[in-house]
Amino acid sequence: MKQLLNIKITIMEKIIAGKNITVNEEGYLTDFNQWDEKVGEALATESDISLSPRHWEVVKYLQNEQKSQVPLSIRRVGKSGIVDIKEFYQLFPTAPLKTATKIAGIPKPASCI
Amino acid sequence: MKIMKENKGAIKKMMIILSKGTLENVYAAFVLANGARMEGIEAEMFFTFFGLEAVHKKKLEHLHIATVGNPAMHMPTMLGGLPGMEALATSMMKKEMEKIDMPDVLEFLEILSASGVKLWACKLAMDMFHYKKEDMYEGIDDVITVGDFYKQSEGEGVHMLFI
Repeated sequence: MKQLLNIKITIMEKIIAGKNITVNEEGYLTDFNQWDEKVGEALATESDISLSPRHWEVVKYLQNEQKSQVPLSIRRVGKSGIVDIKEFYQLFPTAPLKTATKIAGIPKPASCI
Repeated sequence: MKIMKENKGAIKKMMIILSKGTLENVYAAFVLANGARMEGIEAEMFFTFFGLEAVHKKKLEHLHIATVGNPAMHMPTMLGGLPGMEALATSMMKKEMEKIDMPDVLEFLEILSASGVKLWACKLAMDMFHYKKEDMYEGIDDVITVGDFYKQSEGEGVHMLFI
């Protein structure tokens, strides 16, 4: 019983950009259908990032990769032709893949590379 | 204790010392350094003794895994010592790594460098092996002493790891 309680997943509701959004305990959207660009901007502001056209190119790229169910990794992003690893870290200075996927409204990648 | 409370024990920087030149140890160190950066943690690497081979231009592409003295290989030690065994085991491991999208040593160094990992070569070991800075991977930040490395490690939330 105790074990069952420990594995329960925390899902929270919060209001972002005037919309009711469901996020997990780390702040990732649990339903991509709730995402729009306003939500993306609000999530970026929470991470202290103001989105430039370059940021948007990366965010859209990540969303497309997610749609095609490609596993995301820093290495793959670096080879995408959209952004190299150095610029990726400049655009999203703290934990780029985690931050960018959160803003994009897609799940946190389970990648070690 | 007070510091611990203030930053809740958060890891801010990983200082990773690599002293071995076997492929499995080099990859462990690289994955840990890169993984830190992916989490928003700073990372610096200090290459010393055989760890220098991982950043030596002519050697870094010829690193092997250890087949002798490695019980996890599940291979009799005498077999592991036969000519060609290390090369065979290494090529098998490299094939598996390709499957899981693991970069080779040179590409991994480039990823680390682009991710802002500082790469230091140990002066003492460089002198011992008669290596010059131009022999080393160009992304090496500098050749430094152990004292310099400790200086780099100052600050709260800094952790040090010896491989």
